[in-house]
Amino acid sequence: MNPLELARAQPGPAFTVTLDGREIEALPGQTIAAALWAAGVTSWRTTRGEGRPRGVFCGIGVCFDCLVTVNDRPNQRACLLPVQPGDAIRTQEGTGHED
Amino acid sequence: MNTRLTCDVVVIGAGMTGAACALYAARAGLDVTVVDRGPVAGGTTGAGEGNLLVSDKEPGAELELALLSNRLWAELAEETGERAETGRMIEYEAKGGLVVASSEQGLAALTDLAAGQRLAGVVAEQVPADRLRDLEPHLAPGLAGGVYYPQDSQVMPALAAAHLLRVSGARLLTGRTVTEVLRTADGSVRGIRTGHGDIHAPAVVNAAGTWGGEVAALAGVSLPVLPRRGFVLVTEPLPRRVRHKVYSADYVADVASDSASLQTSPVVEGTAAGPILIGASRERVGFDRSFSLPVVRALAEGAVRLFPFLSEVRALRTYAGFRPYMPDHLPAIGPDPRVPGLFHACGHEGAGIGLATGTGHLIAQALGGKAPETDLAPFRPDRFEEEAA
Repeated sequence: MNPLELARAQPGPAFTVTLDGREIEALPGQTIAAALWAAGVTSWRTTRGEGRPRGVFCGIGVCFDCLVTVNDRPNQRACLLPVQPGDAIRTQEGTGHED
Repeated sequence: MNTRLTCDVVVIGAGMTGAACALYAARAGLDVTVVDRGPVAGGTTGAGEGNLLVSDKEPGAELELALLSNRLWAELAEETGERAETGRMIEYEAKGGLVVASSEQGLAALTDLAAGQRLAGVVAEQVPADRLRDLEPHLAPGLAGGVYYPQDSQVMPALAAAHLLRVSGARLLTGRTVTEVLRTADGSVRGIRTGHGDIHAPAVVNAAGTWGGEVAALAGVSLPVLPRRGFVLVTEPLPRRVRHKVYSADYVADVASDSASLQTSPVVEGTAAGPILIGASRERVGFDRSFSLPVVRALAEGAVRLFPFLSEVRALRTYAGFRPYMPDHLPAIGPDPRVPGLFHACGHEGAGIGLATGTGHLIAQALGGKAPETDLAPFRPDRFEEEAA
């Protein structure tokens, strides 16, 4: 069993989203985090204090570690946000806001 | 595991107050054990904001305790430990508070309050309406004026409790529920009983926060500590846009209120970590933890009135906690004359983080048999019994 394998799921056709401008494939029903994981990306944010890499930690919306910028809106939880065709996902540095 | 321990003092409660009591008692040379039924900062402390305020207190015993505590916090923050200075470890920020009034009437009341506080030793600087934005550039227009309190500070409460416990060197036993306060034939305290065995000590400090009444009952005395629910709204992390703790002058009236119904007044502050914390609500609903959208909505509305840019900022989460209040809004601090060896350090309402250092310091003095530096009479644990009689 591998979490990347679809356990008898039969999702609709794949669509394309971008991560920092690079095209990646996503499946309907996936969260942003699932799509990034499936594309082999495990980190998409750096911490505010020391710039350390972060991705999914709890995976259930509690820990706020997986924050990401989607369609210019920073600080969204990748583990809860369903991925939509054409989403522009950006890695987030610090607060995600310009100072 | 069953253990039998002996020490000089058992502190019940591994929150902010228990940690401060442990620290100052250990520094006074006492062998201290801290027990808690949950984890460190798992009850009252973890649900607080970490305010160290002098600005919201009227002249009197509580303000004196706040000024003492404020000095002790500043001293602790400058200490250097193994890894870093304490101030950085606990996110101590001496950032100052700005209290604003929206009407001339509110400003007059605030100005009066500040005048009294100044006499008590508080630094309070009047800020005319046209200078408010020098302090807070994103503040809403049209406010009548305010008062700036440079002594107001902040810590991250869970970090502060954990750090003080660590540097205290006290023995820490979490996950142990106290089931009994053990007493000798003449009624004096001789220790506590937990699900994991007894701990013998001639002194027990009740630092159980909102549950302080239950611990007092285990020792056979009544202590009317009651829960007052408060929500805090947490925004997404932002660059520093709110520099001080900023709140409406109405907050002071809410804190002192005896009404059971919901009160909200906007309290807005940035944090070292980035999110903005928005309080403050107060309502008496017992230990009901359920989420209340109307309360959180009122908090958000109030915050946007002070800082209009917040309407574009996402709220990430909320948390709620129980502020332990006593009928006269003062904590119970000091020896309980009804039970020799029993000390109380609880009932600080929404000010427990700020008042923890002074409380711990005074408790340590009392434990050591010294005359406390501040008169403990207003905080006497048995003061309500006399009223009832």
